[in-house]
Amino acid sequence: MMPTDLTVLDPTAERSPGERALTDRPASLSGLTVGLLDISKPRGNVFLDRLQEHLTTLGARVERYTKPTFTKPAPADLRYEIATRCNAVIEALAD
Amino acid sequence: MFDRDWTDGLPVVAPTEVRVERMLGGTSRDPSSVVALVPPDLVECTVEKVAVNAVMAGCRPEYLPVVLAALEAICTDEFNMHGVLATTMSVGPIFVVNGPIVGEIGMNHGVNALGHGNRANSTIGRAVQLVVRNVGGGAPGGVDRATLGHMGKQGFCFAEDEEGSPWTTLAEDRGFDRAQSTVTAFCGEGPRLIVDQQSRSADSLTRMLADGLLGVVSSRMVMGMDAMLVLSPEHMARYRDAGWDRARFIQELSAHLMVDTDTIVAGAGDIDDGLPTGLAGLTLSKFRPGGLLVVHAGGTAGLFSAIIGGWVNGPMGSDPVTKEIIR
Repeated sequence: MMPTDLTVLDPTAERSPGERALTDRPASLSGLTVGLLDISKPRGNVFLDRLQEHLTTLGARVERYTKPTFTKPAPADLRYEIATRCNAVIEALAD
Repeated sequence: MFDRDWTDGLPVVAPTEVRVERMLGGTSRDPSSVVALVPPDLVECTVEKVAVNAVMAGCRPEYLPVVLAALEAICTDEFNMHGVLATTMSVGPIFVVNGPIVGEIGMNHGVNALGHGNRANSTIGRAVQLVVRNVGGGAPGGVDRATLGHMGKQGFCFAEDEEGSPWTTLAEDRGFDRAQSTVTAFCGEGPRLIVDQQSRSADSLTRMLADGLLGVVSSRMVMGMDAMLVLSPEHMARYRDAGWDRARFIQELSAHLMVDTDTIVAGAGDIDDGLPTGLAGLTLSKFRPGGLLVVHAGGTAGLFSAIIGGWVNGPMGSDPVTKEIIR
């Protein structure tokens, strides 16, 4: 007969990830620096080129970044550079 | 356990302390030692955590060393498990086991080798996938973004038929000794058959296999994605009869895998997809050097082999990785 209570071991990482609040959304992009991150998929630049036009019209300064490959997370140095130089970031998918 | 989101959709074995202890008896490794940083969350995963998930998958303790080596293989920068999970392509890790451990734990390399019905084949890959899900945090709909997926993502593991092959093994081809037990991880789709029931010569069969391989992933894709070819015993018999070894086979096959890029540039044949038109006028190989992994497996009756298409290869994507299995 099966026991009525069964203790099992936890198969998970047992982690409690820290939570950080998102930065407040800026009321305006005018005068801010916006990073555009290309993930290196075909035609992602087409989308970002258009976004850059619009953002520039809105008064934002645009900086372009590119991931070495779309198959891996952005390197830590690249993330740090974007975080320290930009007020906002847009990451483009593609295809 | 379903409610806690710990399973892959199938029932699992409850990982009680006694069962996990018994599982840990399958390896000489310290339960607290770290096996790998498991993507996507890059979590340090101990031998004990692997054992918990191996119990859930239905493994026997003697399978644990294979699970550990398979996990090590996919948690390398070369294999890039994070990308394999995150891609919208329908690929997952596929494991091929070589060496003495195959017979010792009763793995299947014969009838239905790529299918179900053998406990080791069915649970080793599953255990690895449960670790990725439960420890690494890589679940379908989360970081796993596959548009379609395939059933092999439940756990796809099989063994090579070494004794029945006149060739060197996959592991030998990848630099290991036949006396070593190894597991090779390959990022791939589900398998599809190549049927050739009429070729009686090695040359004819090779041309037919090449014909099927040219369609891997897309007929318009060259060099960028690898493939695994699983040769069945009856197809292998053509090469045994002809006296071809692995190197001769690869050489002859490669000659039939050259593609005229005029036929696969964007717009050719009224198909928009294809290589940039600037690449017209070239002859390119379907696969990069070493981009075709050949394994011998399957039942002894049936003139069928199987192709398993790969994913983006090299530093941009995933390379096959072979690890020695340490008891």
